[in-house]
Formats: sequence, structure tokens, C-alpha cells
Amino acid sequence: MLAIETKGLVKVFGKTRAVDGVDLAVPAGTVYGLLGPNGAGKTTTVRLLATLLKPDDGVAEVFGHDVRADPDAVRALVSLTGQYASVDEDLTGTENLILLGRLLGHTGKSARARGEQLLEAFGLTDAKDRQVKNYSGGMRRRLDIAASIFATPQLLFLDEPTTGLDPRSRNQVWDIVRAVVDAGTTVLLTTQYLDEADQLASRIAVIDRGKVIAEGTKGELKASVGVGSIHVRLRDAGQRAEAQQLLTRVLDADIQLDSDPVALTACLGGHATEQAAEALAQLARAGITVDNFSLGQPSLDEVFLALTDKEQAA
Amino acid sequence: MTATIEQLEAPKPEALAAVLVAKTRPPRPSALSASITFGWRAVLKIKHVPEQLFDVTAFPIMMILMFTYLFGGALASSPTEYLQFLLPGIMVTSVVMITMYTGVAVNTDIEKGVFDRFRTLPIWRPAPMVGYILGDLLRYVLASTTIMLVGLVLGYRPAGGFTGVVLAVGVLMAFSFAFSWVWTMFGLLMRSEKSVMGVSMLVLMPLTFLSNVYVNPATMPGWLQAFVNVNPITQLVSAVRGFMSGSADAGALSWTLGYTIAFTVVFGALTMRLYNRK
Repeated sequence: MLAIETKGLVKVFGKTRAVDGVDLAVPAGTVYGLLGPNGAGKTTTVRLLATLLKPDDGVAEVFGHDVRADPDAVRALVSLTGQYASVDEDLTGTENLILLGRLLGHTGKSARARGEQLLEAFGLTDAKDRQVKNYSGGMRRRLDIAASIFATPQLLFLDEPTTGLDPRSRNQVWDIVRAVVDAGTTVLLTTQYLDEADQLASRIAVIDRGKVIAEGTKGELKASVGVGSIHVRLRDAGQRAEAQQLLTRVLDADIQLDSDPVALTACLGGHATEQAAEALAQLARAGITVDNFSLGQPSLDEVFLALTDKEQAA
Repeated sequence: MTATIEQLEAPKPEALAAVLVAKTRPPRPSALSASITFGWRAVLKIKHVPEQLFDVTAFPIMMILMFTYLFGGALASSPTEYLQFLLPGIMVTSVVMITMYTGVAVNTDIEKGVFDRFRTLPIWRPAPMVGYILGDLLRYVLASTTIMLVGLVLGYRPAGGFTGVVLAVGVLMAFSFAFSWVWTMFGLLMRSEKSVMGVSMLVLMPLTFLSNVYVNPATMPGWLQAFVNVNPITQLVSAVRGFMSGSADAGALSWTLGYTIAFTVVFGALTMRLYNRK
């Protein structure tokens, strides 16, 4: 059963094709990640699926309901936690949840009861009578998600749920997302962080300039972009040019010179650890002293460059 | 303080699992119920920022004092006598002037994330907009009451008695509800709060001044009378004056009713068109 299915989805703003022929098939009961940089079309895709925008072309269905033909049926199944807190900042936490409960058809009394329950579960009881504008970023995000699951949705859209949060709050949000999925809700998550998609999503679509440029499980995507990078710090900045030449030859890869005058970074291919060991050995043999080094996971930039390069080559 | 609470409290996994157990969803609320809920939201905002009631209390008091004593001696034999003519008009002017805050509220709210949530709920589409206006009706009642009380203190005596005043305020509320749709439209159309205010002045100044609020139109040149007579504010003021003075003006009342329906239909439809396209 598919929670989301789109074919050739298009949304144009003026001259920009914000979403340019997106095909998605999101299985129910999973976390599906939409990964991409700012302006890639992630948010627009979510807004199309959440019935906030009307597609210019293509088909989008949520649990079999067409977003254009039957938006109310879609709205009854989905919840949205937008990029900017989708709660009323002037109201208190309790008031926000009661407001939402009543709009979902609860009586005042049952809306309040459910609201209290949610505030308790999200650790917001102490802050319930404060205006949301006085909440920290993490608390606001939690309230936002609490509001989204007031009526347990079939499909939850989380648009960059951890952007701007400290690591602790980010982990709490991740725990909440896992609990939501365990309870049977499908989650469509947009993120700029590979790490986040890695933690939560079972399948990932990488989006750039309105198009899906890669799609698959985490393992498939990682395998397709190489393993990572090596970051080296030299003792003597004067040796950097020499180190650069040497590494270019040994690794057969582009070497980036960092803004730090003693540091450089190289991309690694399939056999990352062997390559890194070989590179360090060669540096030592050439008399270039390495102060320290680190191996990095591919960053989103790297995944991105790798995928877009592939796209252009094809 | 915020930081301390953040440290102490974390989501509780067991409780979280418990709240996530799928509940049967209640039936969707009626159009009226959803609108009233949004009206309640507007009232909550007043509760949290009571200073915003300044424009429905201080502003009307200033208007009535200013014009009574500025024009009273010149246009009638005394301020008290002029007040018998002026009060219904100044009540209409004050209330119609503050209707534009509905547009400002819509404009400042619409870009916020919470609107995305409202728009993804399976509710009657115009409910958030109707809710604004319902909340604002409370402000209009407050403004009318303030003016009436100040007027009574200054020597205004409505011949229509309590019933007449209540009927007059009722007509004014109905018209203001309809007229507010002009501002919800501009609130959605304009890019900033300032431009909403700018447009509102362009609309409100001529409408309220080129009317029968301050003087009898009989002394005006013919071309101006032509405008003044079809001005919805003129008709509204005549209807309100009629009820307050105890002699209902059926003609003005039907004009006002016509305008009320026309504003609601035309600007309500335009508002919803813009709202759905946002």
C-alpha cells in the first residue's frame, strides 16, 4: 500500500520550475526522507501533497485520494509540521491544542483532556500556560508535533523538523518521530542533513532543482556516492602545495584546500580506509609531517556533488 | 528560565506511545462551530495583549470629544446640541475605521506557519476569515458602548431609548461584519501591514468625511451630494440615526441592508479566492 504516489508532479512559480516532474512512491508505515539543499523543491513538494498548493501538472495521490480532486479527503488523513512553527505564537501551549482539538470536532472538554495528555507526553506540562513565543526552539517544535498528532494522522509531513535545534532537542525530536512511526503513521520527512535522513528514513529521495536525482534505501545511496573523505592537518603550511600534488597523484582525486592554511581534504573512492592509509604512508615517506587526520562520512555536499556530476555525465 | 525547563523536561516515551494509540476521530465540526472556534482564538489574542483594545476605547473617545467641541459651536448653537446630530455618525465612523484592523491582523497572520496548519485541516474553508471578523465584532461592540457612554455623559439623549440604541448598534454590527471583508481581501492582497493601512486610509477618509456624519449634505454642491447620497456610510448613518432618534428610516435601512449583502458577497468571494490561492 502506498501512502504517497506522484507522477510527473510539476509546480511553477513565475519562471522557476520549483517542482519539475517529481515521481515518488512512498510505502505506508515508513519514514521516507526527501533530502536536498535549500531551494531544491522539498518544501514545495510537501506543500503540494498537503493541499496547500495546487499542482500545475502531474498527479499526486495520498492513500489513493487525488490532492486536486478531493483535497478534503486528503486533509482528513494528513498533518503538517511546517518549517516555521505551525502553532500560534500568541497563544499558550494549552490554548493551541484546545483550538486545534475543537477544529477537529472535539468538544471543549475532550479537546482539553487530549491536550493535557499530549502536553504531558511531550514534557511540556510546566510550560503549558506560557505563550508559545516564550518557548525555546525545541519546545516549540515539540508542541508543533504534538499538535500534528492530536488526531493521529495516517500521514505526517515534517518539513525540516530539526533545523535550528540544539543536538539534545534534535535527539528528542528524533525519538518522537520514531514513536510516531511505531504507532503506524507514515512520515514524509524533508531535511538538509544526511545524518538525519540516515537516522530516521528507510528510503530517501535526493532532490535538486525540482527533480529527483536519486532514490533508494540508505545503503544504495551511500554505495552510489563513495564512502567519504580524508581531512589532513599538516604541521607546516609551507608543505601544503607539495602535499596537494602528492595526494592528487596517490588518490587520483581532487584535493580541496581548506581556509585553514595547514589543512586539506580529499574525496575517497570505494576502498576508503586502504586509500587513506596509503596516502598517510606516502606523506610520511615524503617527509611531510601530519599533525592529525580524520576520516569523514560523505557530507551532503559530497553526496550532492557526486550525484549531480553523475546526472550531468549521463 | 527557559533553558532550565528544557533541561528538566523531556518527552516521555511510555506516555508518548499511549497518546499515539489511534483514536476514533470525531465528526468534522460544522461551519458555524469552526468559525466560532476561530472567533475564540481572536478573543484569546485580546486576552493576551489587552493593549490592543486601545483603538476601540481611547480612539473613539478622542473622536467624539474632538469633533463635538471643534464643530459644536460653529455648526449648531452649542456642543451639546451638535452632539445630538453627531453622535450616531461618530459612532459609525469610529467603528468603520477600526474594521480595517481586521485586514492588518490577517496580513500579519497569514505568512505565519500556523496558517498552513489551519489550511490543512478538513474544515469549512472560510472559517478562519469569518473567525477574525467574529472576534472583531466584540471590538466593535466595545467601541460602540464606549461612545454611547461618553455621549450620555456629555449630554446625548437618544429619543429612541434603549431599544432604539440596541437596534442601531445591531445595524452597525451587521454592516461592519460585511465591510470587514473588504479588509480581509486587502489583508491577503497586500504585501505588508503598512500597505494595508495605507490603502485603508485612502478608502476610509473619503467614505467617512464625504458623508452626512459631520454636516447636513444639503449645503454641499450638487456633484458632491450625488456621491454623498450613494455613499454606504451616509445610508448607514441615516439608518443608525433613525433608530436612535426613534424614527426608523426605512429607505436608508434597505440601502444599508443592500450594501451589507453586496459587500459580503463580493468581498467575501474575493477574499476566499485569494485565500485559496495563497
